Amino acid sequence: MADQELRIIAPTAIVGYGFQESSLERALQKNPHLIACDGGSTDPGPNYLGMGKAFVGRDAAKRDLALMLQAAVERKIPVLVGTSGGAGGDAHLQWTREIVEEIARENNLHFCMALIHAEQSKEYLSKKLAAGKIQPLWPLPPLTQEAIDRSSTVVGMAGVEPYIAALEEGAQVVLCGRSDDAAIFAALPIKEEFDPALGWVAGKLLECGAACAVPRQKYGSEGITVTVREDHILVEPNHPGLSCTPLSVSTFFLHENETPIHHTEPSGILDLSQLHCEAVDDRTVKVAGARFLPRDRYDIRLEGVELVGYRCICVSYTRDPVLVQCIDRYLDNVRGLVAKRVDGMGVRPEDYKLVFRVIGKNAVMGEREPVKEVLAHELGVIMEAVAPTQDLANEILGLARQAGKNMHYEGKLCDEGCLTFPYSPSDIPAGPVYQFNMLHVVEPDHPLEMFPIEYVTV
Amino acid sequence: MAKIRDLAVVCRSKNASPFLLTLDMVFPDRKTFAKVQASGVINKGLISRLYSVREEDVLLVEFAPGNAFKATIPRLYGSGAVEDSDVYGAQQHGPLMDVEIPI
Repeated sequence: MADQELRIIAPTAIVGYGFQESSLERALQKNPHLIACDGGSTDPGPNYLGMGKAFVGRDAAKRDLALMLQAAVERKIPVLVGTSGGAGGDAHLQWTREIVEEIARENNLHFCMALIHAEQSKEYLSKKLAAGKIQPLWPLPPLTQEAIDRSSTVVGMAGVEPYIAALEEGAQVVLCGRSDDAAIFAALPIKEEFDPALGWVAGKLLECGAACAVPRQKYGSEGITVTVREDHILVEPNHPGLSCTPLSVSTFFLHENETPIHHTEPSGILDLSQLHCEAVDDRTVKVAGARFLPRDRYDIRLEGVELVGYRCICVSYTRDPVLVQCIDRYLDNVRGLVAKRVDGMGVRPEDYKLVFRVIGKNAVMGEREPVKEVLAHELGVIMEAVAPTQDLANEILGLARQAGKNMHYEGKLCDEGCLTFPYSPSDIPAGPVYQFNMLHVVEPDHPLEMFPIEYVTV
Repeated sequence: MAKIRDLAVVCRSKNASPFLLTLDMVFPDRKTFAKVQASGVINKGLISRLYSVREEDVLLVEFAPGNAFKATIPRLYGSGAVEDSDVYGAQQHGPLMDVEIPI
């Protein structure tokens, strides 16, 4: 098939981010062989994997999936979705499956669907750890059994192999749990024996929709179409108002990675040191020069989260010119008073955390903020308590809010309250807090070992 | 003298994983990129000073096809950890904007 070409549409960056219907229509005129879309990211943080929840709305996801499925079923071409439901755990995969089944019922669509599970059991991870088959990625230390035991949810990032297996089994719709972003799109070109480097490079560009086109986000989230040929690919945005340029495409290879030159995939390294991008017309770019360097070792990246506790926050601020200049000392005093009160409740210091985020000083960069002097005339203070139960977090935050509103500082004239609050109630219970505790690679015995595939007739 | 904010078309930060922060600076053409490169200002020492990170923890890459410099450093805290202040790592580029390039 290497003398033919393969046309792949990514309608948007993430299922649920949306796109104009006319953009998809326009892309469909090219008679694509595949419609595929990334469904998630670790970007929004650990909570979504921990809670099993999506970070896009159900209606938004359903709208995008319905347009993709209708177009694909009509044309008898496959639809692949990776990192389903935002984080790619079993709960996320189930959420996406239910939406797809609902769309099929409402539109009388029928197809064979594959569900690729990516959640990993503690037993499997413990066995692999004991066998020396789990290694850390920079900058984490080696994995410990304790970290596995503390984990709430762990997923593996699927490579192209489970997608290829599902397509070979006859699935038209493939929903995958956590996935390597590029693998969603690289699977078909690799299955059809195109140069794997071109499959992976196509995947890198398709995984974020039209983020490789300019003006970036002018029309909100949009998609692109990639044509994979024998020795190059062509990339063109679906929306007529967007353009791919050699610079917009080259710089997209910097997106969310350590280096644009070497990209580590499960079965090898995508080497872009000889990357060459040139304009074909004013909207389309030809990309060549990518090489794929296979490795003997096959690695799957793990992502895991653990529950840290429960959070309560309040938003407060001050416009008192004296307090603005002594805010650090003041908050240290508040912290000291709260510590005494919490100690009096019989709670150990290591069992809770009290965080003050001072907006106008160093809320964004924290300890890394190089500007030390406060230049603002007003400051925001987000107070935050994290404790083993929601009730305790609420209790501690209440103490901090009360102390923060009233405590003394040198030169204080505003004795009715030096911090004030935009909301009533001021305290907002924010639920469970998770943290990422794993970013390691595991060596499975076989590329499909960690990704059982379930087939459903819809 | 010119500041990076006056020369670059992109100056941004983002997570490169939940535990890494990456900083991208893209210049509009090969000529500007070459001048910035020749100035030697963008180096591991600069990133080390601006972000209070050890030089040996800075991965610095020049990417000529994209007229770009990329520096990657460990995050102080994992994305979304209690002590973290920027879940996406998307607002850590500020200190780079005012770096002066003798050009």
